[in-house]
Amino acid sequence: MTLIHARGLVKRFADFTAVDGIDVDVRRGEAFGFLGPNGAGKSSTMRMIGCVSPPTDGTLSILGLDPLRDGPKIRAKLGVCPQLDNLDQELTVRENLTTYARFFGIPRKVARRRADELLEFVQLTERANSKVEPLSGGMKRRLTIARSLVNEPEIVLLDEPTTGLDPQARHLVWERLFRLKQQGVTLVLTTHYMDEAEQLCDRLVVMDNGKIVAEGSPRALIEQHSTREVVELRFEAESQEVFADKLAGLGERLEVLPDRILLYVADGDAALAEVHRRALSPAGVLVRRSSLEDVFLHLTGRTLVD
Amino acid sequence: MTLYVLEYHLVSYRRIWRSSVLSSFVLPLLTMLGFGVGVGAYVTGGVAGVPYLDWMVPGLIASTAIQIAIGDSTWPVLAGFEWQRIYYGQAAAPLRVSDILDGHLAFVVFRTVISCAAFLLIATAFGTMHSWWALATLPIAALVALAVAPATFAYSASIRVDSYLAILFRLGVIPMSLFSGVFFPVESLPALLRWIAYALPLWHGVDLSRAATLGVAPAWSVSGHVLYLALWAVVGWLLAYRQFTRRLVV
Repeated sequence: MTLIHARGLVKRFADFTAVDGIDVDVRRGEAFGFLGPNGAGKSSTMRMIGCVSPPTDGTLSILGLDPLRDGPKIRAKLGVCPQLDNLDQELTVRENLTTYARFFGIPRKVARRRADELLEFVQLTERANSKVEPLSGGMKRRLTIARSLVNEPEIVLLDEPTTGLDPQARHLVWERLFRLKQQGVTLVLTTHYMDEAEQLCDRLVVMDNGKIVAEGSPRALIEQHSTREVVELRFEAESQEVFADKLAGLGERLEVLPDRILLYVADGDAALAEVHRRALSPAGVLVRRSSLEDVFLHLTGRTLVD
Repeated sequence: MTLYVLEYHLVSYRRIWRSSVLSSFVLPLLTMLGFGVGVGAYVTGGVAGVPYLDWMVPGLIASTAIQIAIGDSTWPVLAGFEWQRIYYGQAAAPLRVSDILDGHLAFVVFRTVISCAAFLLIATAFGTMHSWWALATLPIAALVALAVAPATFAYSASIRVDSYLAILFRLGVIPMSLFSGVFFPVESLPALLRWIAYALPLWHGVDLSRAATLGVAPAWSVSGHVLYLALWAVVGWLLAYRQFTRRLVV
């Protein structure tokens, strides 16, 4: 069953087009990702799905309802974990959950019970009565995730759930999100971390400049847009450029970076043997599996977007 | 839905209510002593046939109502959009913009009435109340709060930094408190300033409050005052609603 259905979805702000006609289908129980650089239109899309931003054009239906007409009804079944935490710093950890539960009309007693369960789930039980302000970034993020689950939502929207967290905190968040997925909760998330997308998403779209430039499972995207393996060669020279000619014809694609050359090939070891056969001796060699990062950089370019 | 938002603000208030109630008592006590007893000693003839303190206290109650209502509609609203961003959290829940706005406004009115009740209690202890009508100062305080809070919400929701709030207090609240008949009758003002006092909401609250505690008829008709304050409330609410929608639904 399709929970989110968008066709030709557009979001314009004055003369800036943030989302430029995208088609998206999210099915029940899957983890769906929006991947893209900053300014690609991911957050604008998430806000439209969250029913706090009316689409400029196109059709959008969520849980079979129209966000323009049934905003509150849809939001009652969504859980939202925004990019910037908007917890109440003055309230305790538990009060943040219980007061938020009330916005959904959940009775106080149920709210208290659910708050305790959720604090257990995100491992914040010991901090239940502490204020929010002194919590670490990872704890606040886990509390925000707990808050987004307080109404037992059908879809959870996570906008860059682990941005700014240290590695331990990220892994803990991933682990919790994975548990949610196992429980059958539909997850929709945005990220610019490839490892996050590969770990969590069943299916994802790559967005760039408000458009969808690729779509599929992480594995399918790698197969479609990259080769099976990548050979990274580092030559001891001022410029790597001169070696590019000597590597011509090797692999499907070759990319010259300031400090190394990337060869996109089906078989890394065979390609490396050919490199040596051509009497080239790079100072550093790395043969690795192609990752989503290669796909991402190939599709959206290496230019820095601020 | 609006009630859930009010409930949230009350839970939030519970953490600070002790210090807040204390200051609601201390402030009127100090003003009573400083202005009433101190200044009153110089105004030996009284005003309008009553001692100066008795004449001034109802004006101070209305003025307190305005200061609390405006104060609570400034930093907390700015914080809701810019710092803690709690409004965005509420907007993601199944609340409508009007629920978010009305719930917070209801809390501001609640706070105003509580503070004015404390003031009324102290003022009664000082023997400045002349009529049982004095109890009407509380609904008057609520009305005054409703007249100024929505417009202040609109203002606070339209700015991004709090330096604009200082401007509001210096150019708006303080002059209004000085020239709205709290400390001296507006009739002593030159015509132009007097009309400005009539146009601002505070004088209407002062006139109503004073009529209530002294048990006399107000300078204007009661319905005239109430309608004018209601006009402020309605226009202010429409402005606040537009501004909140602009920030929360984009």
